[in-house]
Amino acid sequence: MKFCHPPANVVWCMVGIVSLLTFASVIVAVMRKLQPDKDRRELVQRVKTWWIIIGPFLGVLLIGGGVAVVFFAFVSYLALKEYFSLIPTRRADRRVLFWAYLAIPIQYWWIYTDWYGMFVIFIPVYMFLLLPMRMVLKGETKGFLKAAGTLHWGLMTTVFSLSHMALLLVLPKEEYPAGYGAGLVLYLVCLTELNDVAQYVWGKTLGRRKVVPKVSPNKSWEGLIGGVATTIILAYLLAPILTPLDWSDSIFAGGIIGLGGFLGDVTISALKRDIGIKDTGAMLPGHGGILDRVDSLTFTAPVFLHFIRYFYF
Amino acid sequence: MNHFLRYLWFIFVMRPLVLLIVGVNVRNREKLISSKPAIIVANHNSHLDTMVLATLFPLRLLKIFRPVAAMDYFLKNRLLAWFALRIIGIIPISRDMRKSKEDPLGQCSEALERGEILMLFPEGTRGEPERLASFKTGIAHLAKRRPDIPVIPVFMHGLGKALPRGECVLVPFFCDVVVGDPVHWSGDRTAFMGELDSAIKSLASEISYSPWE
Repeated sequence: MKFCHPPANVVWCMVGIVSLLTFASVIVAVMRKLQPDKDRRELVQRVKTWWIIIGPFLGVLLIGGGVAVVFFAFVSYLALKEYFSLIPTRRADRRVLFWAYLAIPIQYWWIYTDWYGMFVIFIPVYMFLLLPMRMVLKGETKGFLKAAGTLHWGLMTTVFSLSHMALLLVLPKEEYPAGYGAGLVLYLVCLTELNDVAQYVWGKTLGRRKVVPKVSPNKSWEGLIGGVATTIILAYLLAPILTPLDWSDSIFAGGIIGLGGFLGDVTISALKRDIGIKDTGAMLPGHGGILDRVDSLTFTAPVFLHFIRYFYF
Repeated sequence: MNHFLRYLWFIFVMRPLVLLIVGVNVRNREKLISSKPAIIVANHNSHLDTMVLATLFPLRLLKIFRPVAAMDYFLKNRLLAWFALRIIGIIPISRDMRKSKEDPLGQCSEALERGEILMLFPEGTRGEPERLASFKTGIAHLAKRRPDIPVIPVFMHGLGKALPRGECVLVPFFCDVVVGDPVHWSGDRTAFMGELDSAIKSLASEISYSPWE
């Protein structure tokens, strides 16, 4: 994988993202000026943290190559560490956790060397066999099943699923311009994040009928449908700029990203509710933890990658 | 103390390690540096406790940050003694106070007179990781000598999972650090120790965390 700068259309999209966030920052600043007594600390924090997220994210996409792969590996690392810090673990499994962490550089190495076959089986097959084996060698049987299950679920969610995002970088081959993959990543991440926002806004304004009241009482059918519809429109509009998708496929991509984003979000919500916490961490002020931010991506990244890979690459 | 090596160690080894590998969520950090001299009192789970707390101080205060540490452990061989005394800047203390003839807390008192920030682990040992043991009363002697100096309680969780006693492999976990309001010597040893104990326990209840199963 070579260092490659993304083509102009991708750069223009990045300019668009930065303008959008600048616009949001201006709106928040004006809101604070007009209503100084209203407490908007969380909103202000949220926008500020967005800058901290998109700065490095767009930066590594511009550089591309190994730097971008290392960046995505680090995101997986933070997510896995947050997960291991949240869930109950056994002292006997310390070394097992260490092996689980080692899966991160290896998994991203397959991406860097563009070895798809290994990428797609390494965690579901080899790590799935290796971790229980390591646990058995230690010999602690009390809580074995629960530990084996929770550790592998975390690895699948934070490393295997999220790494699909980085695989988009190496997906386009010779016939595509260098750096074309960065556009696919941008397409996936923008749609996933805007889908979150759209579902929230639609739910807030029209939300009445709850979808999964036991897991996430704030999620409504109105929010879900409005959000997915908005994402489909955005997917249709952005596809010609960033992807090879034709109009019908872009609508389908928007649909699976919209729905997948919702499912990823409520899955992490279910995890949080089970453990009894509100946020997965405090790394990203105004957002919560890193898992709170990448929750939707854990679903959208694999479904989008396999869709576009099957039909286009 | 070798200040140059000390800065190198904390800037190029500990800060990146704490920032990139471990990851700290700290609450009420400002209370940590509200006064100098001060006595910081924390629960003890790992060798990383001191390192992480040191990185929470601004660099200008690193010079006066002095962890109080067990003489029998840290001075047991020359290399470790050199590292502990010159780089980390510990004040060695005897865990068995009855044995020594001179004032066992003498060096601590001198450091406080110089306006330094002492860091004490009154559990006396890392012990069973992530389990709070009862506090030893050395801290009460120190507080009694200088009732004007604030004793700042700190609760830490997570480092005992990352690097517990007797393990040499660091397994990354996020760690939580909660800093509390200062406690002052109240004139009575039992009352003071009780106050300190309940201060740390209430800090522990502020955060949610999963102990080892």
